[in-house]
Amino acid sequence: MESLMDKCCSQCRHTPATPCRDYIVCRREGPFCHDDEVCKQKRREFLTRIMARPESGQQKVVVCGGLNCSSGGAFGLIDLFRAEVTRQKLGDKVQVVLSGCRGFCEQGPSVIIEPDRTFYRWVTAEDVPEIVALHLKENQVVERLLYQDPETGLLCRSCDDIPFYRRQMKVVLEHCGFINPEDIAEYVAVGGYRALTQALTGMSPEEVLAEIKKSGLRGRGGAGFPTGKKWESARRVPSNKRYVICNADEGDPGAFMDRAVLEGNPHSVLEGMLLCAYVIGSDEGYIYVRAEYPLAVRRLRIAIEQAERYGLLGENILNSGLNFRIHINEGAGAFVCGESTALMASIEGNRGVPRIKVPRSTEKGLFGKPTVLNNVETFANVPKIILKGGAWFATIGTERSKGTKIFALTGKVRNTGLVEVPMGITLRELIFDIGGGIKGGKRFKAVQIGGPSGGSLPEDMLDLQIDYESLTGAGAMMGSGSMVVMDEDNCMVNMARFFLNFTERESCGKCTPCREGTTRMLEILEKITTGKGSLSDIPLLEYLGGVVKTTSFCGLGTSAPNPVLTTLSYFRNEYLKHIQDKRCPAGECIALRQFMIIAEKCTGCGACRYVCPAHAVSGEKKKVHRIDPDACIRCGRCFEICKYQAVKRR
Amino acid sequence: MAKEVTLMINGQEITVPAGTTVLEAARQADIYIPTLCYDPELSLWGGCRLCIVEVRGWKNLPASCITPVRQGMVVETESPAVRHARRTLIELLLANHPEDCLACERTGACALQDLAYRYGIRQSSFTGKRRNHTIESGNPFIVRDMNKCILCGLCVRVCSEIVGRSAIDFANRGFFSKVAAPMDLPLERSECVFCGNCISVCPVGALTGKPMWGQGRRWEIKKVQTVCPYCGTGCSFNLNVKDDRVIGVTSNPDAPVNGRWLCIKGRFGFGFIHHRERIQMPLIRDPFLFSKVNWDQAIGLAARKLKEIKAKHGPDSIGVLASARCTNEENYLLNKFARAVIGTNNIDHCARL
Repeated sequence: MESLMDKCCSQCRHTPATPCRDYIVCRREGPFCHDDEVCKQKRREFLTRIMARPESGQQKVVVCGGLNCSSGGAFGLIDLFRAEVTRQKLGDKVQVVLSGCRGFCEQGPSVIIEPDRTFYRWVTAEDVPEIVALHLKENQVVERLLYQDPETGLLCRSCDDIPFYRRQMKVVLEHCGFINPEDIAEYVAVGGYRALTQALTGMSPEEVLAEIKKSGLRGRGGAGFPTGKKWESARRVPSNKRYVICNADEGDPGAFMDRAVLEGNPHSVLEGMLLCAYVIGSDEGYIYVRAEYPLAVRRLRIAIEQAERYGLLGENILNSGLNFRIHINEGAGAFVCGESTALMASIEGNRGVPRIKVPRSTEKGLFGKPTVLNNVETFANVPKIILKGGAWFATIGTERSKGTKIFALTGKVRNTGLVEVPMGITLRELIFDIGGGIKGGKRFKAVQIGGPSGGSLPEDMLDLQIDYESLTGAGAMMGSGSMVVMDEDNCMVNMARFFLNFTERESCGKCTPCREGTTRMLEILEKITTGKGSLSDIPLLEYLGGVVKTTSFCGLGTSAPNPVLTTLSYFRNEYLKHIQDKRCPAGECIALRQFMIIAEKCTGCGACRYVCPAHAVSGEKKKVHRIDPDACIRCGRCFEICKYQAVKRR
Repeated sequence: MAKEVTLMINGQEITVPAGTTVLEAARQADIYIPTLCYDPELSLWGGCRLCIVEVRGWKNLPASCITPVRQGMVVETESPAVRHARRTLIELLLANHPEDCLACERTGACALQDLAYRYGIRQSSFTGKRRNHTIESGNPFIVRDMNKCILCGLCVRVCSEIVGRSAIDFANRGFFSKVAAPMDLPLERSECVFCGNCISVCPVGALTGKPMWGQGRRWEIKKVQTVCPYCGTGCSFNLNVKDDRVIGVTSNPDAPVNGRWLCIKGRFGFGFIHHRERIQMPLIRDPFLFSKVNWDQAIGLAARKLKEIKAKHGPDSIGVLASARCTNEENYLLNKFARAVIGTNNIDHCARL
């Protein structure tokens, strides 16, 4: 037995060709088919190594291998930890593993030591010997690497004490960041594939479906279609073939929840897809994942390969008669391929443009067969619902939006990262309590929810409860769950221009309003941000935005004007300032910036003259300098360099 | 019998079979809804969005060509919201369309021009960047001006669904979308067979027949329906006649055999009509020079010679070869002529060679 997944002795007969229905439960509680204390002991040893418990004396170093931490050098840390552990002769007591993203990206690269759940932040190569020598050997916490609660000033020893984690509710992300995503045994050890076993051995497809319906789970891709209803309609259509598709084409700028799930716990998605296949009677599934997520793709491939090796994918899974295979389809970088019908067209090898939605994909989807397409996060919720029951899931959240939702918190917020919260939490709790408020003590201005399809909500809407309906009502949208927080230094017109620039480039070109309309809207916004706007541009933007929104073919077009329309209604003043005063209040629109030197404050040090790349600053030493507005390229270097606040920006 | 659905369009109660689209239902009731990308003979596309309608209780304005009717639906085709949005869409198309209607080959038969006229749009509210594609006219048949293309996709669909060539498809994305042959090569280096059926469905001046360029305005042309002389299929089309000269061929939607679809010969092979070397009467060569004769003389000579050969060498010394350009009836007669009149079974058809 080299892994928990292997057979304990020759009496175990499980192989993919001769599957045993008890295989998964047997890993943790078995063996059942024979009674052998040695076999039991072997399993227990593997389990304690994977789930280090205080009484066992085992320790586990979990290095976060999410994108942020790995770009901060986390992959190198693993080798260093392993080398150091070997050098200090701790090899049999300490395991060093890589995990997926654990969300607190701001503090990366982060390392968690199990079983204490000690959270070390900003770990560098130099810290490794100290952690090994002090914590792993002497059981002393390295205090300088602990997270300090900015409010109370207390050091947080366990990650559960950190306010960022404490106020979250982890359902989908429960094991993300704590288990090794490249080892199926770790997933099984924490209870993975139990829901599948439970469904295949003790529940009919109808019963599984009933649980999903009872849970009230709605699609996490943004539109919020009830998952149970979708599965039921695909099940009802008579067909000899049905497909399950997992939409992992997460394209919103600022969104990375699906990536975190795929990189942190890919098996939970596979298990969700298997359960869906069981309900609708499918034997083939696709995961459409962006090629820009190479790590997610790699971990998915590993996960699928491992699941196949142990008979959790393939023919006659766990001797239940269920056959299911999963293919990976890498997207070619088109945002619109996240739209369900465009995604299916792309899998079929056609141009990725949305198709007519009548009949629905659940009746005629991929290759003309009934198809269920759900988002990564939706599938990852499914095993939890089956294990804990739909009724449990329905207790979380609001009246119409059940469960938790993962948000990618980015922008000017102090704790950027990934958070999972119950539906119905207010924006204020999310941004200020979990997110820790605005960086640098600046003032909150707005939050853009739902990426380029969503809208910007101002300060007075901070007490809005987050659920599908309330966000749509406010002009934003759940979308995939990206949240970009903006402070007083952000120009809302420029922000709208940024997101529209994205949708304009990503429009597939099929329908007139999206293809031509977004281009014209972008041109008007560019006019405004460069000071060439006129007052008539505002009604023109509003009316054009309305037409694009109401007449476009797919969700990309119908939601593209949202950032513009919401900023127009909540931050109209900023537009007016750009147009009437030719001024950008936040100072972000480069063309509208103006720099001048305040004569009273200028000491004539010459720093601004020295840094100006355009030679626009003139003046003799120790005499008042001046900026030539015609030569100035508005880069702001003089403003940043001046120690005497003598350069004024307006 | 299919289930029937009753809906209300512009206050008029209409009953149609379930599965009918709102557009079809409206057209059955003679209610006008403009379209650019819809064609009843091709698959549905739903891209131009001009056929948008207002449905009571619906948030957005759905495209009627892809919206199936529902029981009790209340539809407005020219409500203020619809007119407003439709005008905007036309303006958006015009903002990216050359303003050269004065010299455009399509003037007078252009769907975009008609829409601008109908909705009173003198100029677009929008200005900005425009496409700048070079006009492709390197081949003798089809002129492609992709600056005028409104990306309705009819040519793409006709090429794949009717012709079966799929020589063209959409290339690039968003604002820079264009219809192109693979690798954006000119048509003559693609799979194109120059049947010109794309020209017959193009609603604007993006695709035009090269032979007709500069030959005349639509309203100067008299259309004369005729049957194609090239093969026995019996396609019909309209000869476009101006000043008693045939200047081109256009599809006749009422053609019983072929509808609008033609091949390269029918659509572009009309140059022989006014050719100065066209043979217009029978000629007999005797012995080296051709002399013009009348039909009686020509047929008389042929009959005499055939009789002589048959008398001298027997009927099987004669063979008859029928032509694919003949109709079925003509080929039948030729068969009778060979077997009953000459008395030989030596008859074959060029299509078998």
